[in-house]
Amino acid sequence: MSDVIEHNEHASDGGAAHRKVIWRTFWILLVLTAIEFAIAFALPRGLFKVSIFVGMTIIKAFYIVGEFMHLKHEVKSLIWIILLPCIFVVWLLGALMMEGGSIFTAR
Amino acid sequence: MAATAQSTTTILDKNLWNGGVEPMKASYGKLMMWFFLISDTFTFSALLVSYGLVRFSFPSYLGTNEAFVSSTAYWPIPEKIFDALPFLHGLEAPLIFVGIMTFILIFSSVTMVLAVEAGHRMDRAAVEKYMLWTILGGFTFLSCQAWEWTHFIHGTDGGSVMKEMVDGKMIENTVFGANLVKNQYGPSAFADFFFFITGFHGTHVASGVALNILIFYRTAFGYYDKRGHYEMVEKVGLYWHFVDLVWVFVFTFFYLV
Repeated sequence: MSDVIEHNEHASDGGAAHRKVIWRTFWILLVLTAIEFAIAFALPRGLFKVSIFVGMTIIKAFYIVGEFMHLKHEVKSLIWIILLPCIFVVWLLGALMMEGGSIFTAR
Repeated sequence: MAATAQSTTTILDKNLWNGGVEPMKASYGKLMMWFFLISDTFTFSALLVSYGLVRFSFPSYLGTNEAFVSSTAYWPIPEKIFDALPFLHGLEAPLIFVGIMTFILIFSSVTMVLAVEAGHRMDRAAVEKYMLWTILGGFTFLSCQAWEWTHFIHGTDGGSVMKEMVDGKMIENTVFGANLVKNQYGPSAFADFFFFITGFHGTHVASGVALNILIFYRTAFGYYDKRGHYEMVEKVGLYWHFVDLVWVFVFTFFYLV
């Protein structure tokens, strides 16, 4: 149903609204990257800085996947099929980073 | 009740079990592209996860940024390694070049999504224009990466003095640049991961550019006008955005953290 509405929108304004969203997403991504850049030099190294970077990366990923790859506008089951495996990947990343830490302490 | 009955008949009319109804309202091609991308995600994750494991099994550098010298004793800090710019020899510009590369890739992602949008409107000229910009962005990114690899492999002017274990004895010698066995920047695993992660990503960009050229060619010759839709642009677009997405993660985990 939402597809139909979207196509009507395309017809009425020639996709201008969609293009506006695309450019807005671009500016968001650009500003986020610029802030990341500033933080890289402004803050001391540490867990706080790393968690800011990880958070901002996830926001950027959300905009790229959601808007550019259009996943936000797909049906719920497709969204979950893509998201669920990635959650396990995050778990694997966390688990193996801790494992790396214990290799460091062991040697 | 009437609505339910009607929708059931529509589904049956569409030939439910013979490909008449699109699962999850996505076409076969797009769905398969998503499945390919999720499997590709696993491959890239494997590289980044193993990077995380090895990174944390090495000690971190604890001194100040100014006093940083490369050593095999700890993991290098990226902003001290990736600080060169082409044509500006000797200038210290930490992470500026990677920042430019990130910008190029995000921008080419925007032109790609604009091409997809133009495809929805069956606007052939606009699709051609934006595909050309995307291809240009892809080539620029690849050239940047080629320069960065060259710089990384050749190393700095002075090289760095590294302690190495040779025949059971620790010796010191000056190392220039990096390859898979020696590395002037730090532990050799650092260079290995650099080559594998950015190399694997670069391969993806290269094949993305090849696909983009194919799409441009077919658009220019009216192939999709004849077919009646520009869905191929959308499918290749998904792949191109994925490549951009991976770079966002590589940028954070390899260059920033």
